[in-house]
Amino acid sequence: MMLLQGVPIHPEQGSTIAKDVDALHFFLTGITLFFTALIFAIILYFAVKYRRRSEAEQPTATKTFLSLELAWTLVPTLLCAIVFTWSSSLYFRNSRPPRASLEVFVIGKQWMWHLQHPEGPREINALHVPVGVPVKLTMTSEDVIHDFYVPAFRIKKDVLPGRYSSIWFQATKVGSYHFFCAQYCGAEHSMMIGWVEVMTPTDYEAWLAGGTKGESMAQSGERLFTQFGCATCHVPENTGKCPSLVGLFGKPVKLRDGRTLIADEAYIRQAIVQPNSMPLPGYAPVMPSFQGQINEEQVLQLIAYIKSLASQEKTQGK
Amino acid sequence: MSTTAADIPASSRVHYLNVNYGIKSWLLTTDHKRIALLYLASITLMFFVGGAFAVLMRIHLISPQGTLVQPETYNKLFTMHGVIMIFFFLIPSIPAVLGNFLVPMMIGARDLAFPRINLLSWYLYIIGAAISMYAILAGGVDTGWTFYTPYSTTYSNTYVIPTILGAFVAGFSSILTGLNFIVTIHKMRAPGLTWFRMPLFLWAMYATSIIMILGTPVVAITLSLVAIERVLHVGIFDPALGGDPLLFQHLFWFYSHPAVYIMILPGMGVVSEVITCFSRKRIFGYTFVAFSSLAIAVLGFLVWGHHMFVTGQSIYAGLIFSVLSFMVAIPSAIKVFNWTATLYKGSISYSAPMLYAFGFIGLFTMGGLTGLFLASLATDVHLNGTYFIVAHFHYIMVGGAVMAYLGGIHFWWPKITGRLYPDTWARFAALVIFIGFNLTFFPQFMLGYLGMPRRYAVYPDEFQVLNVMSSAGASILGVGYLIPLIYLIWSMRYGPVASANPWGAKGLEWETPSPPPTENFEETPRVTRGAYAYAGEEDAHD
Repeated sequence: MMLLQGVPIHPEQGSTIAKDVDALHFFLTGITLFFTALIFAIILYFAVKYRRRSEAEQPTATKTFLSLELAWTLVPTLLCAIVFTWSSSLYFRNSRPPRASLEVFVIGKQWMWHLQHPEGPREINALHVPVGVPVKLTMTSEDVIHDFYVPAFRIKKDVLPGRYSSIWFQATKVGSYHFFCAQYCGAEHSMMIGWVEVMTPTDYEAWLAGGTKGESMAQSGERLFTQFGCATCHVPENTGKCPSLVGLFGKPVKLRDGRTLIADEAYIRQAIVQPNSMPLPGYAPVMPSFQGQINEEQVLQLIAYIKSLASQEKTQGK
Repeated sequence: MSTTAADIPASSRVHYLNVNYGIKSWLLTTDHKRIALLYLASITLMFFVGGAFAVLMRIHLISPQGTLVQPETYNKLFTMHGVIMIFFFLIPSIPAVLGNFLVPMMIGARDLAFPRINLLSWYLYIIGAAISMYAILAGGVDTGWTFYTPYSTTYSNTYVIPTILGAFVAGFSSILTGLNFIVTIHKMRAPGLTWFRMPLFLWAMYATSIIMILGTPVVAITLSLVAIERVLHVGIFDPALGGDPLLFQHLFWFYSHPAVYIMILPGMGVVSEVITCFSRKRIFGYTFVAFSSLAIAVLGFLVWGHHMFVTGQSIYAGLIFSVLSFMVAIPSAIKVFNWTATLYKGSISYSAPMLYAFGFIGLFTMGGLTGLFLASLATDVHLNGTYFIVAHFHYIMVGGAVMAYLGGIHFWWPKITGRLYPDTWARFAALVIFIGFNLTFFPQFMLGYLGMPRRYAVYPDEFQVLNVMSSAGASILGVGYLIPLIYLIWSMRYGPVASANPWGAKGLEWETPSPPPTENFEETPRVTRGAYAYAGEEDAHD
């Protein structure tokens, strides 16, 4: 037991949800210990009390009590119902990011994490965030399935190729916290780890300003928009050849097959990578696919640019 | 007792072991008892090969930087440990060895319904194992036993195809075994052996067989799809080819979660036989225990999504999979309570099989209860993919299934071989295994909760103390597994000769000599009462 002195009872509680998850964890631990101890104790007691005293011993049969069967069916059922309700409501509460979240984009690739802040700073295997502010991570993978896991925040989500997943947290304490890849991804899976650096808001602003050497994500996206030739068709004035992208983000879009999709990150990514999978009414399917020519980081920058066009429209409308 | 041959010593009597000799008489046998022994030898070999990989892993993990191998090699070690232990040891273990030996004997039949298909099952198993062994010797495979896409289809440069081909072929072995058991139990029961007079081991085999024939084809299809994408580049799972990476996980877990019950249900059957015999009591709540096996088999097919709570699966799907997963806990709890209640006012003997059964109940209880943490959404988010999972499923599969397997081997060993093993050594080994197991895997619950991800070849320093403890426990566990290997082999030649029924157990298999004659029974037995008629009572169950 001396050995265990350096081992904490629970991992660092670094986010708003950590204490709630731990409370449920300890409740479940209590149930586990109680029933394990109960079963061990009963077995031990019976094993000693009713030990075979002579080889000729012939115990009499015990009748099965229906009431006992019902009791040990209903008690576990009730306990399960309690844990399920508690756990699910906590999970629901934790699954939706607050509206005013800071956004950071995460790309997993064998075997490192690329992160980019909308203001422009890019990081590898590190994530700087301010304390006390909800942060939403929008994540995708360049190759296989990864998983972004911050034990101290009790959050984890798979990072999948070909789609966006998101996760959020609000750090409660300044400090450094490990993040891990928690989905086996190949040779250097165990080295795909980094640190979340939680800073005071002033330190964070200073860090952000120091890191913003070049352009913001939207500015990078604007540059790519020209570089990839998007700008030749998708001009702000609707020419009839291509749909305008101004004000597109977040709006419903009706496809030729009748489906209506919301123009979110996944929609725009799909429209860039496999435009033919989502033909629009009134437009010829002339857009080339950019699959294999554009990386996930560039896609995210283009999305940031298209998003910025949406807010431009809002400002113009005022 | 309907036999008279039981009193003639085995040496001067013809039985299934000495009826003929020579390698051909074994490799071409259709006797279910000999096939059981063929399986016993093959899965024991696989167990120690898989165990050797585990030993290397635990040595490697003593230091945070890893002491033994490169990460690439470590990844191959845990993959091959998983593949071998699951597909070539745990899944066949109790059904193919004890089930093969006992299903016909317990129902009073001469053999399984399809003896030749039974032999074919073993050959398929051997072919599958040989192909997977080839994959290991050729250079190994590093995808994890779960073969997650697109890593397995596009990115891994290792021997994925031979490995999945091996698992694919071995799958047909278990489909055929399941089919054989179902037909045998339906059609070949001795006169008077009604469904509710059957020993619970048969109920467990029946439930297991249903899972084998319904679930295994799905994993066969899934593994074929992996091969098709890997070789022909048809886009099924890899998004770069237009596939869906999560589709694989749905298909894979649709089989692989029920497969957990292929491993544990037979163990539950063994424990029901052992507990009753060594407390000389009828099982408490026979019908509840029997139907809980079927309930587990059915519910087991509806919970695969709990492996995917953090994949981005819809939260509503998560909710449904969570509630269904909690429901599996209930029949499992019913079994544990009924086994415990069976001991009440019994005549309890501490023979080796009983110690294994006690160990099973305790460790299965812990394994089952820690499953609640993972059925519960909010806690699973933190624990999924960590050592908590590793600890949880080892409590079920090693603490549960392997303990029960060893308990069953010790229980029926006198019947199988006609010899007794040294009971003191056997009890000592059971204790060593129990202690070694807990020292190995309990620290892993703590590691997982503290956040250490599984499948890490190197790890941050803060996790070292618990890893060293786990490795120390593993060395005890390893020794524990070697002891029975030694004295059981010794006993085959030098053990005292066993009587037909050395434990005073009930059940048809104990009413014929040890070892049994090839035809099992001199004449077809008639059954007039329910299983477990200890306590001298008649017609126990209605």
